[in-house]
Amino acid sequence: MDKVIYLDNNATTAVAPEVRDAMEPFLRELYGNPSSIHTFGGRVAHYVEEARERVAHLLGADPSELIFTSCGTESDNAAIRSALGTSPERHHIVATRVEHPAVRNLCQLLATPGPGRAHYRLTELPVDAKGMLDLGEVDRVIDDDTAVVSVMWANNETGVIFPIEEIGALCRKRGVLFHTDAVQAVGKMPINLARMPVDMLSLSGHKLHAPKGIGVLYVRRGTRFSPFIVGGHQEHNRRGGTESVPLVAALGKAAELAEKNMAVEQTRVGALRDRLEKGLLAGAPSAMVNGDREHRLPNTTNISFEFVEGEAILLMLDQFGICASSGSACTSGSLEPSHVMRAMGVPFTAAHGSIRFSLSVYNTEEEIDRVIEVLPPIIRRLREISPFGREKLAAAK
Amino acid sequence: MWDYTEKVKEHFLHPKNVGEIPNPDLDATVGNITCGDALRLMAKLDKTGRIAEAKFQTFGCASAIASSDALIDLIKGKTLDEAAKITNDDIARFLGGLPEAKMHCSVMGMEALQKAIATYRKTPFTLEDEGKIVCRCFGVTDKLIEKVVREHNLRTIEEVTHYTKAGGGCGGCHREIEAILARAHGRAPAQAAPAERAPRAMTNLQRINRIQEVIASEIRPLLQADGGDIELVDVDSTRVQVAFRGHCAYCRVSDVTLKGSVEAKLRELVDPEIVVEDVGDKPSKR
Repeated sequence: MDKVIYLDNNATTAVAPEVRDAMEPFLRELYGNPSSIHTFGGRVAHYVEEARERVAHLLGADPSELIFTSCGTESDNAAIRSALGTSPERHHIVATRVEHPAVRNLCQLLATPGPGRAHYRLTELPVDAKGMLDLGEVDRVIDDDTAVVSVMWANNETGVIFPIEEIGALCRKRGVLFHTDAVQAVGKMPINLARMPVDMLSLSGHKLHAPKGIGVLYVRRGTRFSPFIVGGHQEHNRRGGTESVPLVAALGKAAELAEKNMAVEQTRVGALRDRLEKGLLAGAPSAMVNGDREHRLPNTTNISFEFVEGEAILLMLDQFGICASSGSACTSGSLEPSHVMRAMGVPFTAAHGSIRFSLSVYNTEEEIDRVIEVLPPIIRRLREISPFGREKLAAAK
Repeated sequence: MWDYTEKVKEHFLHPKNVGEIPNPDLDATVGNITCGDALRLMAKLDKTGRIAEAKFQTFGCASAIASSDALIDLIKGKTLDEAAKITNDDIARFLGGLPEAKMHCSVMGMEALQKAIATYRKTPFTLEDEGKIVCRCFGVTDKLIEKVVREHNLRTIEEVTHYTKAGGGCGGCHREIEAILARAHGRAPAQAAPAERAPRAMTNLQRINRIQEVIASEIRPLLQADGGDIELVDVDSTRVQVAFRGHCAYCRVSDVTLKGSVEAKLRELVDPEIVVEDVGDKPSKR
């Protein structure tokens, strides 16, 4: 197989070599427990706090506002359940129709009556054809019963960025807790929580070149919090369980790198993404970009190729060592296309053929040009096999 | 990533039987683009009644394309009686097996073949014509479910979904599938399904299928009589987006057509809440 061309960085990222080096001492000599009273363990606590400071710096937060968790999903669960737990008199959750399953499935579960479960009401905000939210709608759906509003910072499938500052301000005005799943945004765009009306934020290490198994929940100082995982006194009694020191150290390093690479992400990665998008749209007729192209992460593009199916495209790309992902039914783990494409009203003829490319700072121009070279013939080949679209494609010529 | 056999990959990457046959003797399409896979099978018979030439066109994933190609290899040179005996298992076996969740791709091949033969012989296509739709999301009949349950000794709803897609959408038909499973295995249904169950709200896929039916059978013929046409663009709950084609696209009274006949028909036959929008001239939809 050819050398791997990895364009699936919204799924997970390569562990940066610097990050690997940073965690190594904690897999060797520095194996102590940061909660121990002896010097050997206590020494490790220092590194945990150093990592916390680095992540806090990336977010514009105070280190005391960060809780290390095991992943983005845990952070989301902890945030939403804490919001509900600390406002027991309120029973309404507001989210969007395009949230990641970590938020969406949790909220839907909470809104499903079941034995031993408090019953919550869920409003899922719609998005328009470009995947954008209507701010007026956010304001309209919040009521006296609303406990929490959870809106992702950037969508994982399209890269569309939501107006977090405006939504947060609305929530603050209405006295409602605001959580954002920023798993896709952190490291790809500048974030300064000191100036943002955000109460809670989730992030995941493996989306920014740290290993899998580490996440963070930011809880703004002064926000009431009830722990999700109950146990020891770690993380100031906010998350039980011995800290995964190697992974915490890795995330600290990854945060430092992300801050250093922020300009590259915004310029060079963004330019590569634009080059890819332009090349593919020029190379394949009846293709369209899904999601707003202006308010979008610099590393993501989601393109629908009409009349062909995503899994088939991905497997043909795989022959060239090219890694991407799709919102088609066959790859969504169900029999229906992705909920994000559906929420945006992308026609079925296009939703099944949607392909997401997500880049990182490690991608090169040669790699992008290789994709522009091999993908259009793949689309042509699959359209020859497909019974659909002949008239339209002939007319487009 | 699916665990496909080398044989599946070979037939997916290098299918030998793709194409169209002009004036085919046998011609049948099953599935549709909404559901995520569709297969058109075409074949010509020689003087002795054997399948001399056969081709396919498929929209779908790797295993759908591979299953279609395998089907054609299997039927070539066979009489229709011989071909009619081919099962989805033959297709799966030919490919060295399919992942469990992809068995429905081989079933689609078998369905297309049976439909093509039935249409050619002008006999009813039992699996579609004589069956009752159980899964409205994917348009699967009780006959088809029963057939695969018996042939493969399926025991659970999940297995039925893997083989037919039935039950893989809204889940509203799970009790009916349960009843078919019970009947096939000669036992009483776990809980006798109450005869009158409150009808579930339609899911988007059910709605789309119904709307497509109504457009095809009731609305399109009217417009085509005037040199126009209509295309369903999307359905979002009760919001139905259509695009007018042909004369209707330029017709200044198409607004009247939209509200007066299209919306009225859909409200009457599908859902009284439906609102129809014309999105034909929006550049984003091209």
